[in-house]
Amino acid sequence: MDSHVSHPDQATASAPSVISAAGLGLTFPTNDGPVRALADVDLTINKGEFVSFIGPSGCGKTTFLRVIADLEQPTAGTISINGMSPREARERRAYGYVFQAAALYPWRTIEKNVALPLEIMGIAEAEKRERIARTLALVNLTGFEKKFPWQLSGGMQQRASIARALSFDADLLLMDEPFGALDEIVRDHLNEQLLQLWARTEKTICFVTHSIPEAVYLSTRIVVMSPRPGRVTDVIESTLPRERPLDIRETPEFLAIAARVRDGLRAGHSYDD
Amino acid sequence: MKSTLAWQSLVALLLLLLALLQLPLVKATADGAAPVLMQTVPFRIYGLILAGIGIDALYQSRFLRAISLFLCAHLATFFLFTQIAGANGTARPAFYLVLAACWLLAWRCVTVLSELKPAGRFGRIALSLIIPAIFGAWILIIWEAVTRGLGIPFILLPPPSAVFAKLISSLSIIVADVNQTILKSVLAGYIMGCAGGFVAAIIADRFPFMRRGLLPIGNLVSALPMIGIAPIMVMWFGFDWQSKAAVVVIMTFFPMLVNTVAGLAVTSTMERDLMRTYAAGYWQTLVKLRLPAAAPFIFNALKINSTLALIGAIVAEFFGTPVVGMGFRISTEVGRMNVDMVWAEIAVAAVIGSLFYGGVALVERAVTFWHPSFRNGKA
Repeated sequence: MDSHVSHPDQATASAPSVISAAGLGLTFPTNDGPVRALADVDLTINKGEFVSFIGPSGCGKTTFLRVIADLEQPTAGTISINGMSPREARERRAYGYVFQAAALYPWRTIEKNVALPLEIMGIAEAEKRERIARTLALVNLTGFEKKFPWQLSGGMQQRASIARALSFDADLLLMDEPFGALDEIVRDHLNEQLLQLWARTEKTICFVTHSIPEAVYLSTRIVVMSPRPGRVTDVIESTLPRERPLDIRETPEFLAIAARVRDGLRAGHSYDD
Repeated sequence: MKSTLAWQSLVALLLLLLALLQLPLVKATADGAAPVLMQTVPFRIYGLILAGIGIDALYQSRFLRAISLFLCAHLATFFLFTQIAGANGTARPAFYLVLAACWLLAWRCVTVLSELKPAGRFGRIALSLIIPAIFGAWILIIWEAVTRGLGIPFILLPPPSAVFAKLISSLSIIVADVNQTILKSVLAGYIMGCAGGFVAAIIADRFPFMRRGLLPIGNLVSALPMIGIAPIMVMWFGFDWQSKAAVVVIMTFFPMLVNTVAGLAVTSTMERDLMRTYAAGYWQTLVKLRLPAAAPFIFNALKINSTLALIGAIVAEFFGTPVVGMGFRISTEVGRMNVDMVWAEIAVAAVIGSLFYGGVALVERAVTFWHPSFRNGKA
C-alpha cells in the first residue's frame, strides 16, 4: 500500500485528480443520422473517490466509462487519466474494468481466470500465485480456486471477475453495472463487501448503476446524467460517513440524498407521451 | 417370486404357437436325407425359449433374468442355425417365426439390462458397451438368417459368416492394404490437410484481404470433382501413396479452413474488450481467448475430415495405384466377382473409420469439457 492515507472528506480538495474531462463529447454515426451519446461533459474525479454514475438508459453513463477505458474514442473535448491520454493509460494498465456480466472464460478455473491479466502482463510465477491468493481472499472466494465458472452462482462469478480486475493492482477501478443482473439480497451483500474492499485498498472507483439506493449507499459523489444528448445534469456530494452499515439506508440523511438524486433524474428525464 | 409376462414374451409365445402349426423348420434337402438332429433340435429350441420366458416372468433379480434371457435367446438361435447348416435356401416359415421369437427374447434381455443400475464405474461402462453389442449382433444374425435361409446368391449379398471367414483367411493381404491406405495415404493427407486449413484460417483471420481471397479459392477447390482431381494427382505425384495423400489434403483442407474461420469469430464483444483493457496483443488474444473459444468448431472439422479422408483415399486408389491398398483391392476383387473380399475390406474400413472418429471425439471431450454440450447439464 502506498503512504497516501487520508479521509475522503478532506481529500477531495487536495488529492490529485485521477480523471479530468473537459467539454467531452461523443457522436456515433448511425443509419438514422448521428446520435450524440455524450455532450459537454466536464468532470474531475480525485484519488480515492467512489463516484457513481446514474441515469436512465441512453444517458451515456456506460459510454463515459468506455471512453475512460479507451474502448470508445471521443469526438470532442479532452480527457486525461493520471495526466495521460486514455490510450496511454490503457497500455500502462492503469485501470481494472468490471463488465455487466462476469465474462469469465469457461475453459479456465477461477484461479486461472484471475491469473489471465497477470499472464498477459508477464508477472513472475511466484508473485502471480501470491496475488491470486490475495485477491481471491479479498472477494471471499478462497477455496474455490479449482472450480470452473459454470460451477459457481452468478454472485460468485461476479466476485471472481472483480478479483480479476483487482489482481494487477491498478489504482483505478471502472465498474459497469456489475451487480445489475443479481437479486436484491446478493446485491446488498456485494455492495457491503465492495465498500469494505474500497476502504481497505483506497482505490478510485467509477461505478455505473441505475439503482438510486445502490448509488447513494456506495458513493462519495453521485453524478446524475440524462439522455438525448447524454450529459451531466447534477453532481451530488454525499454527506454520509465513510463507515456505512446496511441500515444506514433508513436514516433521514440517506433518504434526503436519495430524494435529491431522484429529483435530478426526474428533471433530466423527458417523458415522450 | 413374481409372475408377470412382458409383452415381448407374450408375442414370442404366440409366434412359437404359430410355428408349431408350420413345422418342420426346414425342407428336406435335395438329396432327400433330412439332417439326423431334426427330431430333437426343435424340442431344445422350444425348451430354451420357454425357459427364458419362464425365468424372466418368475424371478425378481434383474441380473439373473438378464443372464438367462441372454443365454436362452442366443443358444436357441445357435441351434436354429444348425438346422440350415450346409443347406442354404431350405428354411420354411416356421424357421423365421422361431427366429423372431429368439429376437424378441434378446430384445427383452436388452430391456432388462437397461433397467439395471450398476454401482461401479466399471459396471456402467460394461453395460454401455453390452447393449449396443447385442443390438449390432442381431443385425448380423438376421442378415445371416435371411441370406442363408432364402439362399440369396453369393454375388448379391454374402452372409456375414462368409465375409468373416474370408477376412481371417486373407488377413495378411488386408493388413498390407490397411498399411498402404490408412497408415500412409489417410494419415499423411489428414494431418497435412487439417494443419494447412488451420494455418490458412489464421492467415485469413490476421489479414482481412486474405480472407476475401482465400475463402472463395478454398470453396472453389472443395467443389472440384474428385473423379477429375484423383487422376491429375496421380500424374503429378506418381502411383504410390503420395498422390492419394494429395487428394485427401484437397478434401480436408476446406472444412478445416471454414470451421476455424467461423470459430475464430464466436467470441463476444465483452470478452474481446476485456483483453483490450489488459492491452493484450493480437497473438495473446488469439492464444488465450479466440483459439480456446474456437476449439468446438475445430474439432467439428477434425471429425468431418476423419471420414472424408478415408473416403478420399479409398476412392483415389481407383485411378492408379501399386498392387496394394484398400481401394485397389475393392476395385479388382469386384472385377473378379470375389464379393466376400470386397465386403471384408468394407467391414475393415468401417471399423477403422469408426475408431478414428471415436478417437477424435474422445479427445474433443477432454479438450472442450467446458462447452455447454459436454458439462452434464450444469449451467
